[in-house]
Amino acid sequence: MAPNPYTFIVIFVGVALVFPLIPLALAWLWRRLFQPPKPGTEKNAIYECGVESIGEAQIQFRSQYYLYAIIFLIFDVEAIFLVPFAVAFTGLPVGAFVAILVFLLLLIEGLVWAWGKGCLQWER
Amino acid sequence: MSEQIDEALRRELQRQGVWVTSMQELYNWGRKNSIWPLQFGLACCAIEMIATAASRYDIARFGGEVFRPSPRQADLMIVAGTVTKKMAPQIVRLYNQMPDPKYVISMGACAISGGPFKEGYNVLKGIDRYIPVDVYIPGCPPRPEALLHAFMELQRKIDSQKLTGADKAEHLDPAEPSEFPVPAFGKHDLEPPANRDVFHPPNIERT
Repeated sequence: MAPNPYTFIVIFVGVALVFPLIPLALAWLWRRLFQPPKPGTEKNAIYECGVESIGEAQIQFRSQYYLYAIIFLIFDVEAIFLVPFAVAFTGLPVGAFVAILVFLLLLIEGLVWAWGKGCLQWER
Repeated sequence: MSEQIDEALRRELQRQGVWVTSMQELYNWGRKNSIWPLQFGLACCAIEMIATAASRYDIARFGGEVFRPSPRQADLMIVAGTVTKKMAPQIVRLYNQMPDPKYVISMGACAISGGPFKEGYNVLKGIDRYIPVDVYIPGCPPRPEALLHAFMELQRKIDSQKLTGADKAEHLDPAEPSEFPVPAFGKHDLEPPANRDVFHPPNIERT
């Protein structure tokens, strides 16, 4: 009689359970029989970098910060375009030069607009 | 090695293919061959420690290649380098956070005594002022062979530790502390300047 095809899955599940449980049980037994637990404030501290934690863990950022993040992102990307532009500056054709100037003007216009809207004012 | 088994009988049994051991030997054999050091370097000795871990000297041959970045997973602290007074509390705190059993190798002249910077105002004159040290390695810096030797000495120590009895290993004794007080920054020096329960300087008799 052929064994049920699911027999092997049951065997595998059994092995998968017993295999990690044996060392865990041995460790538990070892602790019970030989090694006394020695907890302490330092040992149970949350951080393990050696430096004591300062202040609370629940810091909140103001949502206003996102405006700065967006403006920073724009100029961060601009820098990536400006570096190759500066490197290849002497060999650039007029069309490319005008194109990058338009790109710069658009960004500066955005900055002026943001400035005019008062986005750079930090409101408390 | 073992007091319970007659060595001659044991050899005879081994010849017949029967291996007799005790729990203590098995425990110590497992521990000494998988010492996980804390990945923690302070100064130029750390470069030698890195060389010891790398392929040329290969501390993996002794079972110590798993350098752990977290004290919670480490068995051995290799104090590799100059311990400044600014760094000493952090070292003691990391040592406290290591689970038992834990061991310390004081690597190099600086970690032993302050070394060439002993006169310095900001250098701790030996990490054994705050935490118990198992093996000291002299040298400035010690060669990787010296660290391997210290590692083997530590393995020898682990192998000789008792599981039961009055002289059993410290980590099995509930009365032995697992944490040591962290020194604080004082006005001029660390406070206290040394942990008197741990620090037993040699008493030099002058005639």
